[in-house]
Amino acid sequence: MVHSPYLPNTEADRRAMLAELGLESVEDLFRDIPEKVRFRGSLDLPPALSEPELLTHMKTLAGRNANASEWALFLGGGAYDHFIPSVVGHVIGRSEFYTAYTPYQAEVSQGVLQTIYEYQSLITRLTGMDVANASMYDGASAMAEAALIACAATRRKKVVVPSTVSPEYRETIRTYTAGQRIEVVLAPYDGETGTADLSELEKLVDGDTAAVLLQHPNYFGCLEDPEEVSRLAHGVGALFVIGVDPISLGVLRAPGEYGADIAVGEGQPLGNPLSFGGPYLGFFAATEKLIRRMPGRIAGATVDKDGDRGFVLTFQTREQHIRREKATSNICSNEALNALAAAVYLTVMGREGLVEVAKLCLHKAHYTRERLSALPGFRTPFRAPFFKEFVVSGPRPLEELNRSLAQRRMLVGPDLGRHYPELEGSFLVAVTEKRTRAEIDGLADGLGGLA
Amino acid sequence: MSGKGYVYKNEPLIFELSAPGRRAYSLPALDVPASDLAEVLPEDQLRREPAALPEVSEVDVVRHFTRLSQRNHGVDLGFYPLGSCTMKYNPKVNEVVANLDGFTGVHPLTPEELVQGALQLMYEMQGYLAEIGGVDEVSLQPAAGAHGEFTGVSIIRAYLEDRGEGHRHKIIIPDSAHGTNPATAVVAGCRTVEVKSDERGGVDLESLKAVVDEDVVCLMLTNPNTLGLFDENIHEIAEIVHEAGGLLYYDGANLNATMGYARPGDAGFDVVHFNLHKTFATPHGGGGPGSGPVGVKKELADFLPVPVVRKTGDRYFLDYSVPKTIGRVKSFHGNFGVVVKAYAYIRSMGPDGLKRVSEDAVLNANFLMRKLARDYHLTYDRICKHEFVVSGVRQKERYGVKTLDIAKRLLDYDFHAPTVYFPLIVPEALMVEPTETESRETLEAFAEAMAAIAREAAEDPDKVTGAPHTTFVKRLDEARAVRQPDVAFKGDLEEK
Repeated sequence: MVHSPYLPNTEADRRAMLAELGLESVEDLFRDIPEKVRFRGSLDLPPALSEPELLTHMKTLAGRNANASEWALFLGGGAYDHFIPSVVGHVIGRSEFYTAYTPYQAEVSQGVLQTIYEYQSLITRLTGMDVANASMYDGASAMAEAALIACAATRRKKVVVPSTVSPEYRETIRTYTAGQRIEVVLAPYDGETGTADLSELEKLVDGDTAAVLLQHPNYFGCLEDPEEVSRLAHGVGALFVIGVDPISLGVLRAPGEYGADIAVGEGQPLGNPLSFGGPYLGFFAATEKLIRRMPGRIAGATVDKDGDRGFVLTFQTREQHIRREKATSNICSNEALNALAAAVYLTVMGREGLVEVAKLCLHKAHYTRERLSALPGFRTPFRAPFFKEFVVSGPRPLEELNRSLAQRRMLVGPDLGRHYPELEGSFLVAVTEKRTRAEIDGLADGLGGLA
Repeated sequence: MSGKGYVYKNEPLIFELSAPGRRAYSLPALDVPASDLAEVLPEDQLRREPAALPEVSEVDVVRHFTRLSQRNHGVDLGFYPLGSCTMKYNPKVNEVVANLDGFTGVHPLTPEELVQGALQLMYEMQGYLAEIGGVDEVSLQPAAGAHGEFTGVSIIRAYLEDRGEGHRHKIIIPDSAHGTNPATAVVAGCRTVEVKSDERGGVDLESLKAVVDEDVVCLMLTNPNTLGLFDENIHEIAEIVHEAGGLLYYDGANLNATMGYARPGDAGFDVVHFNLHKTFATPHGGGGPGSGPVGVKKELADFLPVPVVRKTGDRYFLDYSVPKTIGRVKSFHGNFGVVVKAYAYIRSMGPDGLKRVSEDAVLNANFLMRKLARDYHLTYDRICKHEFVVSGVRQKERYGVKTLDIAKRLLDYDFHAPTVYFPLIVPEALMVEPTETESRETLEAFAEAMAAIAREAAEDPDKVTGAPHTTFVKRLDEARAVRQPDVAFKGDLEEK
């Protein structure tokens, strides 16, 4: 006998319902499953846990993970330990939001629709772009879909990507473009600056190029020259796609100002917890003329029959549920609740707060680099300006450094050797507004003893 | 849902609440020496004007979003019978455990020895899903169902290419399929071939035989399908496709119907995706996040995306050495936070509980189908699985009341509408999925509302075609939203 708090039908209910259907047993409801494919055993899964037992078990598992509430994480590489204001959790914890689905019935989904519209508005303001969608899975898949959109828009089959774009993004782009036989050309970086080698890039970009994809700040944390890359791309009729750190836009120029056609990025830093890599959100913004090629949901303002303002999903003829094989993307579920978190975050931080967060990151990161580069045996190999993350090469493998730092409940990384063999022994250090001077000095002390 | 006067009818946009100088944040003062901005950043990289974000107090933020939340239907407010979306109740303990610091605060690139709990959870989850789906290996990386479809089809293509059959480019899709299936096929670089449904709502075997050939990559099938009907010929379908050298892809959107009764892997499916946000009770979040793990038979395991979680001795690790991997479909290891909730759900249900879930989902659907069939046309009159489709053709032909009107009128009865106009093969379709978490009383109340609407359609059709009457906004002008696009607010910017 199964007793679950989530299953309201009692045995009496079941009997009565079956009787009304003229059936003898539940088994009769499954007689359309042919015997050949019928599963006759019992699923080999652990037996049910009661709520208190489940809580104990889950706490045990959670207790075996180093986490940001007890550790000073200087880890970067695409996910960052930024501060999340309490209001964010409060809003996304409202079950009117989190137990809803895609707002197919607009009249009873105005809450979700208006928040998507506000999210889109906030992203366009942040990026300086004309339009934004309701969200993608994450920064990597957003950039990959941007590559596909660029190929469709230009009817070309090649994209050029500097190796300073995150290796995880590049792997995702390769997977997304493989089926359509789109060529992904890798452009080298300048070993002195840590940025895309522009003269090499220029050689690789030609009349067959659908898009140049840049990340700024790049995977090494270095600032690229987006203005120049934009010119280069547009010079051959290619689109310029840029991936940006949304927090950096508190101090850095908006993609719309230097001619980006599509601006994407990882929205995790905007009020979303690290959560071991997901769920995050990809933001996706573009110029007005690309709106009919955008992937995913878009909310738009309209009026109801009394003339009052209201919101609906719009331009749905781009989407899979209407256009099927002619859709601009196959995306259906997106990351709406994470986008809501981002909207609340940007609202809480507001015009001044985002600038303040960005400046705190910038100053603390520069202080950290100064401290670490002064340590014997440690170097900071790249000289390009940076924002909140930078490369350090150390005297010992990262694994060893982290094992020692772990005793102080601190971690740096990731290691760069796996994706960049020439950078064996180098790693990333990311510094958010959450890192205190005491932690930074502790990090320097910890590493200093390991030279 | 109706206006009671204690919240504004029209909640302003957050931008309209903004006043210069107001703030909702509080940050510590800088505790390290400041760098000279002009020195560390090139002049031409500096943002000249801060982004025009709102300036509001914390009270403003909380009231704004709380009011908006009240203008929204969710499972916690009431019945949400949206077909193929499995809007079941989302257990609260799962929210609590997923919010533990030891899960939310974990950086994805933390050294493996410091995240053994998270890796153990993922490893066990891979095993649970493999068992439920009847497959050999599972990747938790895809972020949603459609993402899982893309991953699965990419795996199949890579597998075929590896066998020297890279020329195969046709994907067969039934006319009852979800829109994501054909869209996925095209994103993966394939051409779609549609196959008709037979008079019992299943794949028409003769049509299938006519389209399979040496170009077939796979057949993408949902079983039970979007009509809520289990394809009784699944064994024959699998044989036909496999004989032609193609593979069978299982769209897991409707797995809630058959847990413990049929496993897609046993029925001949080679690749399976799971929708954790449907079958495994994680909340839909207003449109996401979901999670769409993919399971494969062992012949295809070498092509899974990396990393996969594996175990050696009592140590869990991320394995990046999958020999012929398709690569990645996103950063890091999947929507871990969603996986935690689905894991907690499986642990709290156990094998008997999951089987009971499918039983009650199917029982509820059949119970409700019989009641609705009194007033609405039932196209396929046979036992259904977890969902069913009725049609509003009668109401349309006799009274000029369309399915859209019926859907809107349901909102006045405090119910979310079923999925409408889908699947495409049923005119004026209403696709109803009650789920197992609804009581007999709720189903009866919904059936009564549907009966009342059928009466209204006959006696007072304007009441239905003019619906909804009680919601915060009345029927919205979708055409205008396309004709006069307004997808980002600019009102306050123009003032400056």
